[in-house]
Amino acid sequence: MTTTVTSHRPQPPAQPVTLRAKRLPAYAAPAVAVVALLVAAGIVYGAGIGGPVLVVVLGALLYLAGLYAAANAVEGRRSARNRTWSALIHSAFVLAVLPLASVVWTLVSKGAERLDGNFFLTSMNNIGARDANGGAYHAIVGTLEQVGIAALITVPLGVLCAIYVVEYGRGRFAFTIRFFVDVMTGIPSIVTGLFVLAFWVLIVSPFFNDGRPGFSGFAAALALSVLMLPTVVRSSEEMLRLVPAPLREGAYALGVPKWKTVLRVVLPTALPGIVTGIMLAIARAAGETAPVLLVAGGGAAINFNPFENNQSSLALFVYQQAGEASKYSPARAWTAALTLVALVLILTVAAKLLARRNRLGR
Amino acid sequence: MAKRIEATNVTAYYGAFKAIENINLTVEPKTVTALIGPSGCGKSTFLRSINRMHEVLPGARVEGSLTIDNQDIYDRDVDVTAVRRMIGMVFQRPNPFPTMSIFENVVAGLRLNGVKKKSILEEAAEKALRSANLWDEVKDRLGKPGAGLSGGQQQRLCIARTIAVEPQVVLMDEPCSALDPISTLAIEDLMFQLKDKFTIIIVTHNMQQAARVSDRTAFFSIEKTGDPGRLIEYDNTQKIFSNPSVKKTEDYITGRFG
Repeated sequence: MTTTVTSHRPQPPAQPVTLRAKRLPAYAAPAVAVVALLVAAGIVYGAGIGGPVLVVVLGALLYLAGLYAAANAVEGRRSARNRTWSALIHSAFVLAVLPLASVVWTLVSKGAERLDGNFFLTSMNNIGARDANGGAYHAIVGTLEQVGIAALITVPLGVLCAIYVVEYGRGRFAFTIRFFVDVMTGIPSIVTGLFVLAFWVLIVSPFFNDGRPGFSGFAAALALSVLMLPTVVRSSEEMLRLVPAPLREGAYALGVPKWKTVLRVVLPTALPGIVTGIMLAIARAAGETAPVLLVAGGGAAINFNPFENNQSSLALFVYQQAGEASKYSPARAWTAALTLVALVLILTVAAKLLARRNRLGR
Repeated sequence: MAKRIEATNVTAYYGAFKAIENINLTVEPKTVTALIGPSGCGKSTFLRSINRMHEVLPGARVEGSLTIDNQDIYDRDVDVTAVRRMIGMVFQRPNPFPTMSIFENVVAGLRLNGVKKKSILEEAAEKALRSANLWDEVKDRLGKPGAGLSGGQQQRLCIARTIAVEPQVVLMDEPCSALDPISTLAIEDLMFQLKDKFTIIIVTHNMQQAARVSDRTAFFSIEKTGDPGRLIEYDNTQKIFSNPSVKKTEDYITGRFG
């Protein structure tokens, strides 16, 4: 009996005799890469079927195959797979970064031409098609004011909404709010522009404007805040949910009321993540053209007052200059695009630094 | 100062699940009471119902009566925060507030309840940290984050935070389960000292700890998974560990349980 029992026992996998194994030398991978590129170049130029891009693509494929073959021959199958997958993951990273680097390079190289004092200190007022000057001062003012007002509206509303949903919301009402926030995420920006045009510009604003519809930067800010709201709510919500429950209980156990726990313990803990979400929303809003075009009306002159008369914005400026029939306008469009990206970058870095300032250094 | 706690027919639910049933138990002031029993028998649930922390979870509720010096803490017009201010709690895992420094952590309870004066806060922080045997280790780095301390120090920080608000009862939910023997010893010493001022109730899985620190011991158990936890025996610690009157208790503390 006992002998049959032992024979049914599954055998453990064979133990390796030695822990050492043959490894490819360190120069092997670069050597394979060089050979692959040379072979690819030979094939592509020999057959005359393409340029350097095809060489790199073909070289990469040959490199993967060559690396697998070399590693398989020396190190064995498991190691060969490992190397191939690592190489694939690295190439995926390069593929993802490539467009980004390309965009930055294009912006910098083409935007540098008009990157001068004149661009930042003048507007497009009275600039004709033959004028080389003219700048985006009015558009920068417009973007800052519109995005600023939109953020002032959205951030408190969005964060409070997220707090309600995470900390207080129970049952159907909270579920409904979450559902509609999700729906709002999918609203195209032009639709929010149309909504504000129909609701604010054509119906509400005539009451303040002697019966005439009032295009204004504020109307654009309203449209942008409709766009930003779902992003802020969803990202804040996720961040608040990440705050561990024992922290809340720790505060409750000290006799701290719930609202104070949320304000002084939960929010500060989630703050860096919430700021990231807000900055994403601001970056998206700053790049929107359609709502500004519809409800702020654009305009070439500097207008500091967001509540009256037309205002432009950087995104709208890029759109208008790109379509202008003047040989000077494409350069202005590129510089404005570069300015917009730089502005969002500066705002993001500043916000991250501010959020970190409150955290304690180790 | 320290208060007497009386539980009468306390039954607690998580939604439809009945976690503990008909717990009757009286805790005398200025004593240490240990709650022991197998996992899932409702010790923590009972502990959490004493400072109304049980109901924080959605769907959780408590029936029966729990009085502290003859005031029912589950009365309709009782302020939950007042109950929790009177009955502090130390959790199984140290949970210092990550955005606060050591000093801010200790005075969090006072500060969030409206104490603003710096001198009062500093005095209270030093007193609490000294009582928690942590002052000498952290006095030079009060501005550093509380999360940067070691596990044992963090737990003593949490104890300091709890006693800084001067509660009358301190509940401890397995406060040493994540700690090494030296930190455990420090916290047990601390319990001896705190006993002079506070009523302490501690949940522990460590029999020796229960025998060492407590005056009275309550043994909880369940028949089988899914059944509510019940109080099997409650007596002086010495009696429970030397001559328990219920067979089940004896089986559990001698390691012959199920």
